[in-house]
Amino acid sequence: MKEFKVKVEVRLKPVVLDPQGKSVLSALANLGFEEVRDARVGKLIELRIRDGSAESVRNRVDEMCRKLLSNPVIEDFVVNIEE
Amino acid sequence: MYKFGVIVFPGSNCDHDSYHAIKHVMGQDCEFVWHEDTNLGRFDCIIIPGGFSYGDYLRTGAIASLSPIMDSVEKFASRGGPVLGTCNGFQILVEAGLLPGVLIRNSSLQFVCRWVNIRVENNKTAFTGNLKGGDVLRIPVAHGEGSYYCTGEDLKALEENSQVVFRYCDGEGNVTPESNPNGSIGNIAGICSKAGNVLGMMPHPERCSESVLGGAGGKLIFESVISWLGHGKKTKSKA
Repeated sequence: MKEFKVKVEVRLKPVVLDPQGKSVLSALANLGFEEVRDARVGKLIELRIRDGSAESVRNRVDEMCRKLLSNPVIEDFVVNIEE
Repeated sequence: MYKFGVIVFPGSNCDHDSYHAIKHVMGQDCEFVWHEDTNLGRFDCIIIPGGFSYGDYLRTGAIASLSPIMDSVEKFASRGGPVLGTCNGFQILVEAGLLPGVLIRNSSLQFVCRWVNIRVENNKTAFTGNLKGGDVLRIPVAHGEGSYYCTGEDLKALEENSQVVFRYCDGEGNVTPESNPNGSIGNIAGICSKAGNVLGMMPHPERCSESVLGGAGGKLIFESVISWLGHGKKTKSKA
């Protein structure tokens, strides 16, 4: 058994409007960061997992993402695994 | 008299309002059901109330949708039992997959708490039989994440199957962008399952079931399901 550090990035799909990102964008412009063309806000979920292999971790975390960590109607996810 | 069950999650806060509307205004039997229970056999109708179940952590309704009681709600619904989810209850129903789509952050980013108008689009559901298509109800909303969203494919299916039950409108029943409080696609305020026995809606009928509260339009929704149960449709309807 090894311990893995897993980072799950959950993002709104590009087709879904992100009012929070829009609001961040306009606040950045107000601060003088006018070069910012777009901003979208997502989530980072960090997990520590004990498992035999990275492959098994990936399968299990994919399942977690489909069942709970993301909503496939509006979100995409990316999983990064470190030993 | 029928027996209603109001599901209580940690963070539910419209449970007592729903109980009051059903028990004291409608004169029906009503009981709270803790989300860790699994037996719904004694009930004729299930209400999933509003609130902030599990503090809205991760996504609104996401954690509550995995509570033990939700398997029983799904079975109850698949046997044709009427289920009403209001506000957070609607969010829980979509996360549980009992209704399509999802409720996302209001387009204004603001928590919207005010009276709105909704137009009845489908009066053939378990909860709208005493209303007429085109009727306008004045009803309160109170939510930060009430913007209904679904894929184009799902939206097409919803429209084709008449699953859109309520749309935000102006006082005359015109569906306009100005009357949409949260950015919902198609001004959608409530949808039902294909069979019409599961209804999810963002507005709060339990908060407008007595004139002392400023309006009694919500009572029509509870009266409808009582009539529906009286007609014995519960046993006839299929999953």
